[in-house]
Amino acid sequence: MNGMSQIVKKVTQLMSGLIFMYGLYIITHGHLTPGGGFAGGAIVAGAFILLILAFGSKVISLRKEETQTSITESLALLVVIILAGAGLFLGSHVFFNNYLPQGEVGELISAGVIPIYNIFVGMEVSAALLTIFLGLVIYKEEVAS
Amino acid sequence: METLLSILIGFMIIGALYALHARDLLSALIAQGIVGYGLVICFLNLRAPDLAIVQIVVETITLIIMVAVVLNSSREEIRESWNRNKVLNTISSLIIIGILVYVFAAMLGPLQPFGEHTTRMAEFYTQSGAEATGSANLVTGVLFDFRAYDTLGEATILFTAALGVITILRSKSKKESTS
Repeated sequence: MNGMSQIVKKVTQLMSGLIFMYGLYIITHGHLTPGGGFAGGAIVAGAFILLILAFGSKVISLRKEETQTSITESLALLVVIILAGAGLFLGSHVFFNNYLPQGEVGELISAGVIPIYNIFVGMEVSAALLTIFLGLVIYKEEVAS
Repeated sequence: METLLSILIGFMIIGALYALHARDLLSALIAQGIVGYGLVICFLNLRAPDLAIVQIVVETITLIIMVAVVLNSSREEIRESWNRNKVLNTISSLIIIGILVYVFAAMLGPLQPFGEHTTRMAEFYTQSGAEATGSANLVTGVLFDFRAYDTLGEATILFTAALGVITILRSKSKKESTS
């Protein structure tokens, strides 16, 4: 896959880090401000898609990256299920029980398990979107060659 | 509020109709983008910023993927002659339109007016959701505590979609590609 022109590359270099940071902010502040794991994960995936589209890449490195995002996605979903299942053994024995101390409403570290769920769902969503994108790109490269 | 929403929905309907009938597939995609981004403005006007963020990001990513697909394949729509079953198609679509209009008219009667829809659970969530979950953002509190099964289902759907894409779109086997 070929990259784009010098202007696009420079602007992408300047912007993609900011987009990535904004996605992380949306994920970690999901229990305080609008957003959460899904929105933040999609923004993080968007930053990586922008980089791949602007700079281009070789099929071999793309395939390596696809394996990694696939593993990340599966592990993140597994962690979400394990965290939810831990609620069966702690507190009032309910699946998806909020068993950690809740703290003060409005603080960054509060709301018990919700920020942890946010982080792992964000990882899952970003890795899944990136896997789909990489799968399409690799298929196109393989068909063209 | 309702007039603004009606105007926006009118634009979205026009965009969707144009996307159906456009000859050039790229302009059909752009017209389809009107529907998605119009929905974003609708969500913002209905004071739902959580949904608006998700919608604008997912709409952009899908639009990028669709534009890449159209640019790499044909830009012209393939015209098929549809004269064969013209009578049957017209009759069946008229029947379905009639059924839909009847069902919607029957359903609209017992509903509450727009914007005043309250149920028992919604009152409980809005009043004591923050204390029960400890989350200042009520939407995240509902999504990850009261309705966490829903979130797990959405994450599983994305996981299955990724699994399907990397399973179907594999033209070479792994052994073949490494050697």
